[in-house]
Amino acid sequence: MKKSLALLSILPICLLALPATANMVPQRSVLGNGMILLTSEQRALPMVSIELLIDAGSRHDMPKQEGLANLTARLLTYGTQRRTALQISETLDFIGAGLSAGCGEDLATVSMTVLKKDLATGLELLAEVLTQSTFPQEEIDRQKQSIIASIKAREENPGDIAQRRFAAALYPQSPYGRPVEGSEASVKGLEPQSLRAFYERYYRPNRTILSVVGDVSHQEIAQALNQAFRSWPRGEPATAPVAPSKVGSGETLQVNKDLTQANIILGHAGVGRENPDYYSIQVMNYILGGGGFSSRTLDSIRNERGLAYSVYSYFSAEKGHGTFELVMQTKNETALEAIRIAKAEIRRMREDLVTEEELSDAKDYLTGSFPLRFDTNRKVANFLAQVEYFQLGLDYPDRYADLIKKVTREDVQHVAQKYLKPEALITVIVANQKKIGDQ
Amino acid sequence: MSQFIFCLIVFVSMLFSLPGAADATKVQEIVLDNGLKVLLLEDHKSPVVTFQVWYRVGSRNEKDGKSGLSHFLEHMMFKGTQKTKPEEYSRIIAKNGGRSNAFTSSDVTVYFATMSRDKIGIEIDLEADRMANALLGETYFEPEKKVIQEERRLRTEDSPVSALGEVAGAVAYMVHPYRRPVIGWMEDILSLTRQDLVDHYKLYYDPNNAFIVMAGDFSTAEMLPKIKAAFGSIPRGSEPPKVRAEEPPQQGERRVILKKEAELPFVLMYYHTPNLKSPDSYALDVLSVVLAGGRSSRLYHDLVYQKRLARSVDADYNGLSMDPSVFSVTAQVMPGKEPAEIEREIDSLLDQVKSELIGDRELQKAKNQIESAFVFGQDSIFGQAMKIGYYEAVGDWRLMDSYLDGIRKVTREDIQRVARQYLDRDRRTVGVLIPTKESAS
Repeated sequence: MKKSLALLSILPICLLALPATANMVPQRSVLGNGMILLTSEQRALPMVSIELLIDAGSRHDMPKQEGLANLTARLLTYGTQRRTALQISETLDFIGAGLSAGCGEDLATVSMTVLKKDLATGLELLAEVLTQSTFPQEEIDRQKQSIIASIKAREENPGDIAQRRFAAALYPQSPYGRPVEGSEASVKGLEPQSLRAFYERYYRPNRTILSVVGDVSHQEIAQALNQAFRSWPRGEPATAPVAPSKVGSGETLQVNKDLTQANIILGHAGVGRENPDYYSIQVMNYILGGGGFSSRTLDSIRNERGLAYSVYSYFSAEKGHGTFELVMQTKNETALEAIRIAKAEIRRMREDLVTEEELSDAKDYLTGSFPLRFDTNRKVANFLAQVEYFQLGLDYPDRYADLIKKVTREDVQHVAQKYLKPEALITVIVANQKKIGDQ
Repeated sequence: MSQFIFCLIVFVSMLFSLPGAADATKVQEIVLDNGLKVLLLEDHKSPVVTFQVWYRVGSRNEKDGKSGLSHFLEHMMFKGTQKTKPEEYSRIIAKNGGRSNAFTSSDVTVYFATMSRDKIGIEIDLEADRMANALLGETYFEPEKKVIQEERRLRTEDSPVSALGEVAGAVAYMVHPYRRPVIGWMEDILSLTRQDLVDHYKLYYDPNNAFIVMAGDFSTAEMLPKIKAAFGSIPRGSEPPKVRAEEPPQQGERRVILKKEAELPFVLMYYHTPNLKSPDSYALDVLSVVLAGGRSSRLYHDLVYQKRLARSVDADYNGLSMDPSVFSVTAQVMPGKEPAEIEREIDSLLDQVKSELIGDRELQKAKNQIESAFVFGQDSIFGQAMKIGYYEAVGDWRLMDSYLDGIRKVTREDIQRVARQYLDRDRRTVGVLIPTKESAS
């Protein structure tokens, strides 16, 4: 192999040891082509886990081309200049490696897990799919057919139906309000030249975060990446997502299906990950519905009344925007009762201070369980990529406990009043509508 | 997203499509005087410890009319003891930065928590307390029964593919209790009484019918005395009754159709096979990978990629079961295709494996996949503990030691032989989901 380090140099930026998570020892550098590399050297097992985030999500879909970003991501592993789809899967399967690509609204992701002894082969494949995908017509047709089948199949899952209806009502005419897969009609209309143009424009190293965890040093992997990605030139830089301009609220949506249970979502717009109230909100939501058996909604809806098996709430926070959702399932007949109780719990969060005990339980869990978020190489890889994407800083694990510990009961009530909006709640009920309220 | 699920139900253990093994040589076994076996695996790569109590009881031990009893008891085990209030167990673990849960399968009921080494002692004491002193309080019985009905609606009644698996399981077995769903039939759940639970608890929740698996960042010298102090004084119980049911050999294919609101048809085939106590289990494992391990596998390549008959396809051999279980082949049908077409194609692919030896490279590829999955599986402390637990439940955790060796010895001829012997149409049950599109009434 020829050595070519001329184009890509390694610029180590910071090397931090983290007392809170001493085992992680992340390192970060920016490769010469602009790709951001994060690593954590873990020598216990002869394996390497890789997570790659790229600014190529469905928010970049053009009108009438909904599903383009997703189809592009799905086709990455179905043909390159050097290998057919079958040769790619033969190679991967023979070394027992996993390589998968996915797509969200903001980011496309590529994940790989490979034995250390096969790392070179793995990186070669990874580089090929990112820089030399060919999008053969036959593979495009095949993937289109497969996506259209999944669009159909997801109608079988009532929880999925509820999620899609909720998103569409919350973010009308926005990439965040429609499925990344697009619709049957839009997928059918996607052209090969659009795929190639999308790939050329958005799959670029300076739009890419690569996180590598396992049996390899920072130096070793950086060199290997410089070699593998030597022919990948920079493109347009990554851009910040734009928050949806139109936000829906206050609607009730009912979908009729032959079900025994009502699948319910109550929710509205939330906050972006950059919002400084994010940590107070996490504490507040733990008490409301994030904390399993320590949460109020689970207590009143499941334990006291036996109305549901699963009930939980969460604030999911992306760059620039976010959502709040409370999700539960109960038999059709008790849907309205469960909704009434959930709403009462949401109001109570706003009206009264939480107890000292609730506050300390929430903080103790959030800080104490923090290391469980990265107790495998795979989780560390995902975590480091997220830390970089949201610009939390490599010292984030050290700062996390303080961010949580300083939250007060008043802060909790303040964020409940500010970010829980009973009048704005969108209610989605996927159920046998004739039986709703039929007690 | 913080999805919270209280307990998992595993009908046939789908957890490990590629059963591998933890580094068994490092497992230490200690048996306390009361019969409680303790299995310890120190692994310091991540600062967490998982502690699990495995009871050798599941739906396999239930009687007709009482299905779902083990699972119901699992729920009620969270309703307190003299020392802890209802649901306080979960709150104490959470407050101490831990994650806890439980699940019931056909063979076992398992309680576990994962937390830091300095807090795991709390979990040890709480598990010992509820092994001996669970109250199963009357007040909480009826509300919990409703919760379990909701769980059944969520997992089975409104999930077409799960519902098909349930009805096919009930047809594949006539005699053996594997014919009953772990969560129980709805009518059985409704008729269970608190006394049923109390009797079940008394009969099966004893130290001599349980074992502990602890894995992660701890020191045996520090933890073993803690475990002995917590569990050592719980008295040994009487030997619980053995399950002696044996499924008679099947003579002729069985078919079952489920008509339900759904979008795409689904085809499922259950072939009776031995469990991992049989030397054939290694070849069956490799066979499942040859058929459906990765995109280049035979079923995937043909059905999903080339012919586009199926949206997805799987082959799974469940050797980690106490009694002989099934080798399953499943496929979701592509829109516009017929289940019968898929069945014919699966049959012809299975016939090929029976009539012609697979390739050398194909065999090596399947073995490589199993070996790498074995390494990847060790990334998770929890996953390692689960593996130790399953092997111990089925026979002996030491069986893990010979696993990879057994896989390496499988030949092309073995693959052909087990395919011929077990993938026999006269010994299978075929289930087909036919979607209906009636409006809700």
